[in-house]
Amino acid sequence: MFAFVFRRLGTMLLTMLCLTMVVFFLINLEPNLKKLAISQTEMHTSAEQLESWLVNHGYRQNFFSRYGQWLGIVPKQPVTDPATGKPTRRFSFCNDPVEPTFSGVLQGDFGCSTKFKTTVASKLFPALGATGILMFWVLVVMVPISLLIGILAGMREGSRTDRTLSVASIASTATPEYVSGVIFTVIFASWLGLLNGSAASASRGITFYNFTLPVMTLAIYGIGYIARMTRASMVEVMTQQYIRTARLKGLSFGSVVVKHALRNALIAPFTVIMLQFPWLLTGVVIVEVMFRYQGFGYTLVEAAGNNDIDLLLGCSLVSVFIVLITQLISDVGYAFLNPRIRVQ
Amino acid sequence: MQLEYIGAFNVVLGVLARFWPVWIALVLVMGASFAYKKRLGLYGQLFDSGVGIAGVGICLFWLFTAIFASTISPFDPLAQVSIMKDALPGAVEPQSGLVYLFGGDKLARDVFSRMVYGSQIVLIIAPAATGFALMVGITLGLPAGYYGGRIDTVLSFLANLVLAFPVILLFYLLVTPGIMETPIPYAMAGVFFMFPIIFFSVLFWTRYKKRPDRLYILLGLTLIIGGWVYAGLVFDADPFRIIHIDPNQLNIFVAVVFASSPGVFRIVRGLVMDIKTRDYVAAAQTRGESPWYIMLWEVLPNARGPLIVDGCLRIGYTTILLGTLGYFGLGLAPESPDWGTAIKDASRLLRSFIHPALPPTIALMSFVLGLNLLADSLREQSMKD
Repeated sequence: MFAFVFRRLGTMLLTMLCLTMVVFFLINLEPNLKKLAISQTEMHTSAEQLESWLVNHGYRQNFFSRYGQWLGIVPKQPVTDPATGKPTRRFSFCNDPVEPTFSGVLQGDFGCSTKFKTTVASKLFPALGATGILMFWVLVVMVPISLLIGILAGMREGSRTDRTLSVASIASTATPEYVSGVIFTVIFASWLGLLNGSAASASRGITFYNFTLPVMTLAIYGIGYIARMTRASMVEVMTQQYIRTARLKGLSFGSVVVKHALRNALIAPFTVIMLQFPWLLTGVVIVEVMFRYQGFGYTLVEAAGNNDIDLLLGCSLVSVFIVLITQLISDVGYAFLNPRIRVQ
Repeated sequence: MQLEYIGAFNVVLGVLARFWPVWIALVLVMGASFAYKKRLGLYGQLFDSGVGIAGVGICLFWLFTAIFASTISPFDPLAQVSIMKDALPGAVEPQSGLVYLFGGDKLARDVFSRMVYGSQIVLIIAPAATGFALMVGITLGLPAGYYGGRIDTVLSFLANLVLAFPVILLFYLLVTPGIMETPIPYAMAGVFFMFPIIFFSVLFWTRYKKRPDRLYILLGLTLIIGGWVYAGLVFDADPFRIIHIDPNQLNIFVAVVFASSPGVFRIVRGLVMDIKTRDYVAAAQTRGESPWYIMLWEVLPNARGPLIVDGCLRIGYTTILLGTLGYFGLGLAPESPDWGTAIKDASRLLRSFIHPALPPTIALMSFVLGLNLLADSLREQSMKD
């Protein structure tokens, strides 16, 4: 078991290394650098000034040495101020080293955000916290509802309850966040006036009034999918021999479902819920932009829109990490929950 | 000047009347399919259940809407009639006397016509991109599942690499105006569009190796048609100027194929690993058939059921991806009538006007719902056998 986890962790690290390198390459393409230089300097700067801005801020160093610096395996060089000839910080607004030091992700330094004029860490981690709150409420709503729907539908396959709930869950998987968000806003904010169509005030304090719409929008897409997986798993369990035995020995249908079927039927949905996190990540971006909630997704869009290199790298590192760690948890948890599976 | 309005009932009637070519085509196709459903195999069996009929109906509805878009829509989707800015549904356009059935948007364009034309963009890009993703996924998934070993390790690692990217981040990196100045999208297009040609060439080669008369015709056709489309799409050098794709659209297309082919790869790989243990594969191996013949002519046909179901779901998923791209304003032109862009424009103004937001959202939702229902009933039918 431990060997398995270690091997998986190794693959995970390799994957993260490859992915960050790809992201690093794509962000540092020539047109993107040019765009960054234009947005960071004054209007109407000449091509030479743009070029010298890029050189002065260290963007013209060798690709691999820059990647190594970001990672923290190559010492970060300070840039020399052309006027005085002394080494200076690349950006005045964050604590870049003035002497060559190892200062990268491995040392906990995520770099400087050019858009927000601060360190990446001071922008990224509060945003992650805000998204964490959103995710928590989404899971609190999504998991019980979808499991309940799935179990009710899968209990008696082919019954009217099953048909209705199945079509409802198919409909919910056909509704991406930007569609359900618009429809919910129209119904609950514009027509009924019950809820707030913007969650901008939620960063100061979460209320039912400003937080329900984002949570609902984010949950609805996942509910259908998890419910269908739970239903499939429940249907399969209900055809097993031991269920028939339990029925034949005279147990009531309800107690067969609760005592015998549920425990086995809930193994598969666990995996599905874990693997749902990467999808939630995309949903978070859409929902946070739509409802103006200042979280991780909002930060990602701002970083990408303004070509904020270090911030975008930090965002991709976090999202790739979430995807990979949830995969690992789902694999290990599945082996843990299902005694028939033994990991070699 | 005061605008004239028609009532809600007349709006509904007007919409129904506008779709007349679609109704005729739907009645003809559905009627014919229903009458001959016994002879139509899997497609005919769809008409046994309500879910199947609903799925086929919705999909065909949007298909015919895309085909007859120019007849259905009363206005040009890009034309701006300034007096109709933010007009409510049912407003009569004074010059032509035609009605803005679903009202006008903030740039005074007809929401109804834009919705109808939007279906064209979605119904061209989504199935085509899914087709390419299937080709890439199948061509790589077959050897990975069949041979296993090192090929499998490498390809699976690459697939997991792409799958570990959150889709939205991938799009923000791959679909930017800046990237069009670099050769990356064209290189990726060059690789992806190669796969169908490889697939069909190997398909015919393995089957008709011993029958040159057949082989040369089929191979020649594949290479000529494939090369023609390839030249048109990748190098924009179609000698007849028929096949042409905007650099923007090529970029979107490539990004969508890139994002969804690893999923196909994983499914195909899993199916092949299951099927290759069957007796008929062992029989073919004993006969001395080549590995690629077994993969393409023994394994693949037996994996078609799950692949068709997955293809249906995937077209829906691609539609959602396209909508996401439009919603974030990536790739597609800002005035493009596709549903995602329309939802983006309308959702910004939701506080003041809601009517431009509803038609594209409902259109997108119903199309994806139709595909999902279709996939669900296909799965049910193929389980029965």
